[in-house]
Amino acid sequence: MRARVFVTLKPSVFDPQGTTVADALHTLGYHAVKDVRQGKYFELDIDASSPDEAKRLAGEAAGKLLANPVIESYRIEVEAS
Amino acid sequence: MKFAVVVFPGSNCDHDAYHAAKHVLGQDAELVWHKDASLHGADVVVLPGGFAHGDYLRTGAIARFSPVMAEVQKFAAAGGPVLGICNGFQVLLEAGLLPGAMLRNNGLQFRCEHVSVRVEQTDTPFTAACAHRQVLRIPIAHGEGNYYAEPDVIARLEQNHQVIFRYVTAAGEVTAAANPNGSINNIAGVCSEHRNVVGLMPHPERACELAVGSADGLVLFESVVKALSQGAFVTAR
Repeated sequence: MRARVFVTLKPSVFDPQGTTVADALHTLGYHAVKDVRQGKYFELDIDASSPDEAKRLAGEAAGKLLANPVIESYRIEVEAS
Repeated sequence: MKFAVVVFPGSNCDHDAYHAAKHVLGQDAELVWHKDASLHGADVVVLPGGFAHGDYLRTGAIARFSPVMAEVQKFAAAGGPVLGICNGFQVLLEAGLLPGAMLRNNGLQFRCEHVSVRVEQTDTPFTAACAHRQVLRIPIAHGEGNYYAEPDVIARLEQNHQVIFRYVTAAGEVTAAANPNGSINNIAGVCSEHRNVVGLMPHPERACELAVGSADGLVLFESVVKALSQGAFVTAR
């Protein structure tokens, strides 16, 4: 089963990389892009008996390692296969 | 007095710290591999600078799970003095031994230069020999040294006097221009609640002899020798 984990900086945390990417997009003429937040994306291939179990395991992995709860939050999607 | 300098794959200031302790201060020192589940009876633990595990995922995020870190946790819980320098500071943050986290420098530059750092408190094992508000000229070399914590955590750190080092001007003033990376309140280093664990982004171990441009960093190592010889921060083994 595949779990997708999206890790992003919390809204209150300044994202200098995202700001720089937004500046570059504005230079390219994409003025409609108001803001950019850069994050991380993980695909976990999990041996689990149900989507719920896969989601629980992915959540544990994200909480312990993939995200730093001081500055980041995460969201999980499980793709049943 | 014995220093243990932990070596992670990717550490690159381990020998500088070892040299400072062993050859400049004349103390016993040993390099301890990160897979070692022992600190070899050390009195002081140094987590050195570098790029442990290539900084993969986040700085320090993988290193905190190294077997030696369980021993460092125990040593710190017993009150032993632990110094995290640069990447070592980042490892201490990820391990939860110090509060907060590091963000990318606000200017996105990797900053590699000498800076002025003010000693805010002298009641930690690594600042015991410093003068009150002493300004040290020591180098920084980091891309992710932008110290961040939630406002309530910052307020608590300030209230408990856990901010140990701040980026300042040569005259010792806290200004925005003296802040190389965007750290909140110009914070360059903090200590734990019990004050025995200290982390800082600047590199005192690279400034221990005039031959390398500054010997201002030596006082941190002299401090821990002084503190331990006076019976403070000694761990029972």
